[in-house]
Amino acid sequence: MAQLGQSAAAALASSLESVLRSRGSANRVFEILELLQVDEEDVILCAIRTCSRLFGTLLERGELFVGQLPEEETSLAGNYNAEDKYKIWMRHRYNSCVNCLVELMGHESFQVKELSLVTLMKFVELEGKYPLVKAEWKGSFRFPRELLKLVVENLIPCEEDSSLLISRFQEYLEYDDIRYFVMKAVAENIGQVMQKTQKVPLPVYQQNVFSLISSISMPSQESEVINFMVKQANQEEWKVSNLKEHKRAFERMWLGFLKHKLPNGLYKKVLVILHDSILPHLNEPTLMIDFLTVAYDIGGAISLLALNGLFVLIHQHNLEYPDFYKKLYSLLDPSIYHVKYRARFFHLADLFLSSSHLPAYLVAAFIKRLSRLALTAPPQALLMVIPFICNLFRRHPACKVLVHKPGGSEDLSEDPYIMDEEEPSESRALESSLWELQTLQSHYHPDVAQAAAVVNQSLSELEDDVSELLELSAYELFDRELKKKVTSVPLEFEQVRGLFGKKDDLFAEHFALE
Amino acid sequence: MGKPNKQRRKGQVAARAKGPSGAGTASVKNNPFEVKVNKQKFNILGRRTKHDVGLPGVSRSKAVKKRTQTLLKEYKEREKSNVFKDKRFGEYNTKISPEEKMMKRFTLERQQNHEKKSIYNLNEDDELTHYGQSLADIEKLNDVIDSDSDTEERGILSAELTAAHFGGGGGLLRRKALTGEQDEEEEEKPKSRKELIEELIAKSKQGKRERQTQRENALELTEKLDTDWKEIQTLLSHKTPKSERKDKEEEKPKPDEYDMIVRELGFEMKAQPSDRMKTEEELAKEEQERLQKLEADRLRRMHGKDEQENKKKPKHMSADDLADGFILDKADRRLLSYKGGKLNVGNDEEEGGNEEEEGESEEESEGEPGGEDEEEAIVEEDDATDSPSDLESDMGSEEEVTANEEQKEKHKGNEERLRSGEEQNAKIEAARSELPYTFTVPESYEKLKSLLFGRIIEEQLVILERIQKCNHPSLAVGNKAKLEKLFGFLLEYIGELATVEPPELKTIDKLVLPLYSLCQMFPEGASNSVKFVLQDAAHDMEEMIEVKGRATFPGLDMLIYLKITAILFPTSDFWHPVVTPALVYMSQLLTKCQVMTLQDVVKGLFVCCLFLEYVSLSQRFIPELINFLVGILHLSIPQKRPQGYILVHPFRPAGKNSELLLVCDKKDMETWKKQNLPLSIVTRLKESSKTEMNHFRLSCLAVCLDLIKKCAALYESLSSFHEIMQPIRVLLTEHIPVSEYPEQLQELHQNALKELEDKGKHYTPLVCEKKKPVPLKLYMPKIVKVLEFGRKQGGSKEEQERKRLIHKHKREFKGAVREIRKDNQFLARMQLSEIMQRDSDRKRKVKNLFNSLATQEGEWKAMKRKKFKIRH
Repeated sequence: MAQLGQSAAAALASSLESVLRSRGSANRVFEILELLQVDEEDVILCAIRTCSRLFGTLLERGELFVGQLPEEETSLAGNYNAEDKYKIWMRHRYNSCVNCLVELMGHESFQVKELSLVTLMKFVELEGKYPLVKAEWKGSFRFPRELLKLVVENLIPCEEDSSLLISRFQEYLEYDDIRYFVMKAVAENIGQVMQKTQKVPLPVYQQNVFSLISSISMPSQESEVINFMVKQANQEEWKVSNLKEHKRAFERMWLGFLKHKLPNGLYKKVLVILHDSILPHLNEPTLMIDFLTVAYDIGGAISLLALNGLFVLIHQHNLEYPDFYKKLYSLLDPSIYHVKYRARFFHLADLFLSSSHLPAYLVAAFIKRLSRLALTAPPQALLMVIPFICNLFRRHPACKVLVHKPGGSEDLSEDPYIMDEEEPSESRALESSLWELQTLQSHYHPDVAQAAAVVNQSLSELEDDVSELLELSAYELFDRELKKKVTSVPLEFEQVRGLFGKKDDLFAEHFALE
Repeated sequence: MGKPNKQRRKGQVAARAKGPSGAGTASVKNNPFEVKVNKQKFNILGRRTKHDVGLPGVSRSKAVKKRTQTLLKEYKEREKSNVFKDKRFGEYNTKISPEEKMMKRFTLERQQNHEKKSIYNLNEDDELTHYGQSLADIEKLNDVIDSDSDTEERGILSAELTAAHFGGGGGLLRRKALTGEQDEEEEEKPKSRKELIEELIAKSKQGKRERQTQRENALELTEKLDTDWKEIQTLLSHKTPKSERKDKEEEKPKPDEYDMIVRELGFEMKAQPSDRMKTEEELAKEEQERLQKLEADRLRRMHGKDEQENKKKPKHMSADDLADGFILDKADRRLLSYKGGKLNVGNDEEEGGNEEEEGESEEESEGEPGGEDEEEAIVEEDDATDSPSDLESDMGSEEEVTANEEQKEKHKGNEERLRSGEEQNAKIEAARSELPYTFTVPESYEKLKSLLFGRIIEEQLVILERIQKCNHPSLAVGNKAKLEKLFGFLLEYIGELATVEPPELKTIDKLVLPLYSLCQMFPEGASNSVKFVLQDAAHDMEEMIEVKGRATFPGLDMLIYLKITAILFPTSDFWHPVVTPALVYMSQLLTKCQVMTLQDVVKGLFVCCLFLEYVSLSQRFIPELINFLVGILHLSIPQKRPQGYILVHPFRPAGKNSELLLVCDKKDMETWKKQNLPLSIVTRLKESSKTEMNHFRLSCLAVCLDLIKKCAALYESLSSFHEIMQPIRVLLTEHIPVSEYPEQLQELHQNALKELEDKGKHYTPLVCEKKKPVPLKLYMPKIVKVLEFGRKQGGSKEEQERKRLIHKHKREFKGAVREIRKDNQFLARMQLSEIMQRDSDRKRKVKNLFNSLATQEGEWKAMKRKKFKIRH
């Protein structure tokens, strides 16, 4: 195997040398191109490298035909001189090599994929320098768009996950011109692919597209657009150096991508990055309203995440959202204390509820609902939500009737609060009391019990800082407990009589030591 | 006219002031001419004025006096190389009264003389002689005289008497007295001097002999008394109140030789008789009180009061508490045998015995006929193992082991009915005889494992016990650390036993006992070990979540560890260094771990049980527990239409594992019998038949229903009880296919449901605690600690301190300069007065000379004139 590889490498080297030395032995190109289609990985790698060197040199020497390429047969028959004929012929070989490489991007070996990608990008760079297209007018901008489009197409296949290759590709996205044309190519590609499949979801394709376009980092200022792969003579006039053009391409690409139905996981991922890496780079962020409102209506975690984008639009772009608080209210369900995005949600909820102009009934409904749901929450969430509720009391003193109702009716047979009511104004929260926090005073975690006991006393004026508690994880909580300083360790005084030997041990009832 | 008068008076006063008597100073203080009042410009409230009144005369005289005593002396001795030292006792000590001084001097003198004993003196006490006669003898004679003179010649102080009393006057006087006063005696025995001396010598010899015999007698008597006392003493130490004595004596074994030795060893220490023995009722009462105290302690910790109020917790376990522990009581005996400064051996023994009796009485209801005999045996054994010195002796440790084993046996009596006591005894007997008696503490986990692994349970227990005994912390310095490590190893070993295939749960069940006793010895070390285990487990889970995105339930070992935690530490504390992390960890288990298999369900239910056990006393609320039970119920319903309840994290409304507990087979339903879930199912997936699997499912469901019932009972007092239980109620009433279940399960379901629905709904509106009325703002000055008046108060603490020191230095410096100046003045004054003295002396002498010369001259002239006159 190795021998085969070595001999192939030797053969490749000799053919490369002869092709480059004299045009007479140009036919040996075929030997090289043949080896691109063999099975052995080593040989393919070697062949790709040889191709790269061969055509790289040829491009630099200008030995490839420039302009509209005639058909191979016609060119041979046509009235071209020998020089042109050679160039045309060689150009055809170049094209077939590019096609081979593009195919190899779908090879099973990552090394082959990677090398073909790098080689293709090298060709892109060289074609940029030594264009194969005739300038239409003097000073027109020439960029190997077609080639790049081919690369992009194969970078986001429909069948397999190509995130590794895309992460390799990321370094090219640093170049502003490449980025610009990739964005355009992606937008075009999405349109084509989606139209073809006609509503059949393509999760892998979408995933690939997402990993490609989410890795695009846009420049934030015009002055930052200076990093080009292909240098043009009059750089400033080229529209690639215009940030607005970039933004437009970016916007078109994203809108094209989000137009189609996304799988749930992807939906969340998009929403997670939406507010800080997509919205700021759009020319017209308001175009995202449709997408966000749809997402907000889906419910569950997706709604929670959409909240962030909506907040940016409401806050910075004057979006008016009807029944926003009602919607927010309906978002509150037991899962908010368990989902990963808890911190983000409560951060936003804190912002939304910080307005002092909110009616008391609304805030009371929120408080009541949050505390009702807290009956199912883990301790780390409770430690966050109790100060949160206390803060709401501080901001809206009218709600304090929830914890302090002197002279109310003596004994109620039912909690007046209606949990199932969608409309906060109808929930009769203000007539109720926070028995939930009273219950939590006997929570098993000492910190929670202490935090809940705060409602017994009148609250201090200063708000608690919730931001630190937002990210509190169960493990941190555990660690904190372990690291507490211990003065003495109380011991059990009841005599031990075996594993299940305690007096009326629960375990002895249900489990057997077998 | 008036001025000199005043001056004189002042001088008088000053002279009087110099006097040391207290009355003098008092009069000085009252004398307005002596007092100088320092006028105050402003009267500042609250300032204490030290120097408002001064006595310049007094203080000056004091200073002068001091200087004369010190400086002047130095000045005078400035050119002298030798000093005069006054070594008379207390010469300069004014505190001692002259009488005392004299007494002390006298005794000192006597002591000095005493040491210089004459080597020729046969008697120990030195004899004072007067004219060769012993003074003692003279005194004896005096006595006779005295008595006579008392009766006959009272009040006459004659020369004879004085001679007799003070020995003065010599033989002449004496003879006169003898002839004059006591005729009869003198006539009978006209003794010569020689005779007298001989007589004296004979007398002294006789006296000496007598003294010797007396001393011997005394010695003999003491010895006899000692032996007698020893005999009585044994009786005394076992003295019991009269009411109890009779029946006690029947029970009491005869003190054997060993006991005698023990008592003799303790003889020196206990000079007084020991406390009386306590009656059974008293002991029971004491025990009850102890338990009550512990319970009160526990409650206090449960409410978390000491957390806020007093940071320094009282000791939770006194030495007594550990004393009557399980195995510990014997090993710790030495520590405990002192009570109130007295050694009370019998007392503790009885306590230990009583403990066992109590344990027995608890189980006596189940019928244990040989109770009394055993009790006696235990008491005896305890007696025998009283001293730690016999730890290694065969007899002692053997008996201990049997005692322990018997005890253990009793404890697990209800569980382990199968094995008869004799069989057990035989096994232990075998284990005892096979194993060596001393063990070193294993240095590593591997060593412990090799020591224990493969042996039968009894042997393992015996080994662990012997390790513990041979290396008791009181025996050597490093033992504490070693045994602390042993706890960790043992914990690890238990973990391994739980993970082997099949898990050796029976062994673990027994190993908990030594673990408990070790934990009682070293709470800190044990808690650290358990915490370490917990941390490891939590860390693993965290890592798994990070890598895989979800966690799975841990192995059986971790569950066992959690159970052991509940055994070793009080779970009801408001905050506990081990229990609270364990609770957090358990909460993570129930919220983070996916339930994918039947084993996961069993593990989850186990954790639920743990949770319930942890809070069974404190009745704390656990949201995770309810969530999990809802999830488990959800797994058992056929049609998934989650209405009226919402599932949280580990459970999903629909999906791959959402029908884990669904049982469809009618036949299996019928054949199912409620049985305890074997824990071994957790570690191995039995290749069991479908029927068995279904039975497991139903058992899980039964456990779940029972737990719901327990939860309902536990939480009924919570104000949001109905809200908490809402999802469970919905599931039980609407979704669970009760009618298809076997009867037992239906019954359980009914019970649980009844427990849920019975509770009345009461909601009383919340009212805040009354706020303390905010006091009006008072314009009180800010109170700052005044360091120095007139100084700036600002600056940090160090700065202030520095300033203070600088100030102090300055003041001291000034004072020193002033003192030196005054010293110099004093010296100059002294020198001046010296010079003046000298000058006046010289003048006086010169004057004298002149005078004498003048007289001489005068005389000479007079003579001359006379001569002249005579001539003429």
